Amino acid sequence: MTSPDITRRGLVAAGGGMAAAAGLPLLLAPPVQAQSKTLTLLNVSYDATRELYKEINVAFSAFWKARTGEFLDIKQSHGGSGKQARAVIDGLQADVVTLALAGDIDEIAARAKLLPANWQSRLPINSTPYTSTIVLLVRKGNPKAIRDWADLVKPGVGVIVSNPKTSGGARWAYLAAYAYGQSKGGQAAARAYITKLFRNVPVLGAGARDATTTFAQRGIGDVLLAWENEAFLTIHEFGPNFDIVYPSSSILAEPPLALLDKNVDRHKTRVVATGYLNFLYSPQAQDIIARHHYRPRNAASAAKYAANLKPIAMVTIDQAFGGWKKAQATHFAEGGLFDQIYKPA
Amino acid sequence: MSDQTRHIGSVELRRRPWLQHSILPGFGLSLGITLTYLGAIVVLPLTALAIRPWELGLHGVWHELSAPRVASALKLSFGLSALAALLNAPLGLLLAWTLSRYEFPGRRILDALVDLPFALPTAVAGLALTAIYAPNGPLGSLAAKLGIKTAYSALGIFIALVFIGLPFVVRSLQPVLQELDHEVEEAATTLGADARQRAVRVILPAMAPSLISGVSLAFARAVGEYGSVVFIAGNLPGKTEIAPLLIVIKLESYDYAGAAAVGVAMVAISFGSLVLINGLQLALAKRGKA
Amino acid sequence: MSPAARPISSVRLPGVAFALVAASAIVMAALVLLPLFVVFRDAFDKGIGKYLAAVSDPDAVSAMKLTLLVAGIAVPLNAIFGIAAAWCIAKFEFRGKGVLLTLIDLPFSMSPVVSGLVWVLLFGAQGWFGTWLIDHDIKIIFATTGLVLATILVTFPFVARELIPLMQDQGADEEAAALTLGASGFTTFWKITLPNIRWALLYGVLLCNARAMGEFGAVSVVSGHIRGLTTTLPLHVEVLYNDYDFVGAFATASLLASLGLVTLVLKTGLEWRHAGELAANRKH
Repeated sequence: MTSPDITRRGLVAAGGGMAAAAGLPLLLAPPVQAQSKTLTLLNVSYDATRELYKEINVAFSAFWKARTGEFLDIKQSHGGSGKQARAVIDGLQADVVTLALAGDIDEIAARAKLLPANWQSRLPINSTPYTSTIVLLVRKGNPKAIRDWADLVKPGVGVIVSNPKTSGGARWAYLAAYAYGQSKGGQAAARAYITKLFRNVPVLGAGARDATTTFAQRGIGDVLLAWENEAFLTIHEFGPNFDIVYPSSSILAEPPLALLDKNVDRHKTRVVATGYLNFLYSPQAQDIIARHHYRPRNAASAAKYAANLKPIAMVTIDQAFGGWKKAQATHFAEGGLFDQIYKPA
Repeated sequence: MSDQTRHIGSVELRRRPWLQHSILPGFGLSLGITLTYLGAIVVLPLTALAIRPWELGLHGVWHELSAPRVASALKLSFGLSALAALLNAPLGLLLAWTLSRYEFPGRRILDALVDLPFALPTAVAGLALTAIYAPNGPLGSLAAKLGIKTAYSALGIFIALVFIGLPFVVRSLQPVLQELDHEVEEAATTLGADARQRAVRVILPAMAPSLISGVSLAFARAVGEYGSVVFIAGNLPGKTEIAPLLIVIKLESYDYAGAAAVGVAMVAISFGSLVLINGLQLALAKRGKA
Repeated sequence: MSPAARPISSVRLPGVAFALVAASAIVMAALVLLPLFVVFRDAFDKGIGKYLAAVSDPDAVSAMKLTLLVAGIAVPLNAIFGIAAAWCIAKFEFRGKGVLLTLIDLPFSMSPVVSGLVWVLLFGAQGWFGTWLIDHDIKIIFATTGLVLATILVTFPFVARELIPLMQDQGADEEAAALTLGASGFTTFWKITLPNIRWALLYGVLLCNARAMGEFGAVSVVSGHIRGLTTTLPLHVEVLYNDYDFVGAFATASLLASLGLVTLVLKTGLEWRHAGELAANRKH
């Protein structure tokens, strides 16, 4: 009876140890606002900007420290643009949002009233310090000979994209494709084109990153509809197994940023948050932006990194769709055109 | 809870017609804790969930749930979960049988690992399963050679659901099989082959209630599963979009009422089936005893 | 063990026995072992140095702390509830018991996603108590409290479900005897009941703990995914995966898998030693 008893005691001790280990952080965990000298800023952003803001945050923290002597701890949260906006609406305490499209910040203004409806006019150039576009990423050597949008609807071409309902990049990609369809014969042609395109989609990613992994890591599909910066990053991260194809035209994607007035006033971070957003327009930040293959607004930075930025014809959402509100209602709202693509025929 | 239960004592107890007298103390305290906790953790949140969809009105809720996309996601989730639970019956039976009847090297390890799908975090399982069954994964490439799509298809979801449901069936059956050993073995050895056949007829009914309970637990777990499925599913509306993912998508497109409606439907259907299966199991258990 | 109780099938039908054992091994290898193998293979894909760097990354460490904190709150609360529920249900006869049992089982049939969603509906900024919480500067959703609540709901029935059938089987005679002999209620519970149920309790706690630390769907809804602040280990795996840091993702995943394996070893130890006591539960 002795040996089982010892084991029993061992078990209890192990169980107790686990419980203690689990309870220990309770005592050790410092209260969140313990360091009074450090300012905390939360930037809630979309999926593709992880690396960009990692570098921006370091640069801005140094800039801010030099200017004010204050230590900054900038927290990042990334995910599909819609998912992120939803979290902010539900109370995620973001000081600034840097999302994939204006429509998602409009939703925050309308539903949670954390910022005024005219938020986009408060910062220069539509509150977008950089633009980007949607390109086609294909497998090395372009085995399926994909040169333009028209090639995506050919039989046997697998197109990888994320779900436009939750991913901002996918909404831009959808609109870029739709605008191409429109240019080939108006609404009817565009609808037929986009329906055929999504029939070629074998997997809908939850966010931009999800789609890229499916394409690059799991080897699914022949072409990825990607943010321009994401396409370059894929080659950087997954090796030179891919080629970037610039279609004949794409969409001018404007990922905007905004200060959430109610939140910064509650956190007393308005000054630093304003400084953070303005910093993105500075030459230093614009250079970082260009290095990450976004298209900077600053002409000098754009010229400096011109090799990164191939010229491409781009339609704007205002020209082609009459602005985000209209595009959202027509295409992505419940029962909109995107839902109709997936209606059983 | 009211002051009714705050005082404990036989005099007090007799005043409660709904409670049989007992000399044990602590009824009020334990029931108080139970009801408070249950109320705060289960009843209140579920009430919020149940109320939310009705801002759409009766018609709106019906419209929401009968939408082809929602209907097919629910069908997919419940259908595949039922199939996965059914496949888990023979698989679980095989494992439970082997583990409780045969002595072989590595049995204890195998026995411990049965619970792995339960202990392995669902997201980790999802990532690992996707890596295995993707067309460039070890098993996915084999299947691809045969022209079978595993990951990013209904089959991929099915595999994930079989994975997470397996321990429930094995663990339900094991104790029964272990207990059956003596009686049935003796019957089978002393009475000959004819009796052995009869023994089978004894074993099966004796196992039925546990098998059903294991399968129903596997089913309930599979229906709601998100983490392990979402990575391996193709997430195409109407084809490989599971109901829990649809709830997330609706939530993320600010459709709270719609998300809650699908949530209520899921809870109602899976809870309803659990209650039904429990009833069936009870009936079987009674028949087995009679 | 008497000779009659030995697994005779293996003697009489070695072929069949061998086939069944082999089939079981294959099923387990393909379905269960392979995923575990993949996790560790990919975690060490770039060597042990990268692995150690990944698991000692400050964000991974804070995710680990958060996971332990969340489980450390959720599991004891569910254990206390489990004991209380089992006490009143198993030791007393009262009307409405069936309803109570049904409600305790209810979370079993809830999708983890729903278990997260309900807290958003209650405590989200647009939820029932949202405005009040904001006015009083209380954070629940997108903070540790929300993660704890979601985890509690997902793991709610585990301890209770282990204890109720066992205590029902044991009845109340021992306790009644102790009380008649003059022991106080508390002493009776401490000296009689608790020793009788300790293994089942530990078993339930281990189950609950395994599920609590690995929970993904529910916490994903209420986390906000703030790196190093509100990401538990499973969420941190997803974050790293989306950073294209696959070694980091699988290294973190291997930590979780190891926690799971420790739980399994403890749990199996319990099962082998206390099979009879624990088996009582699964017959119901």
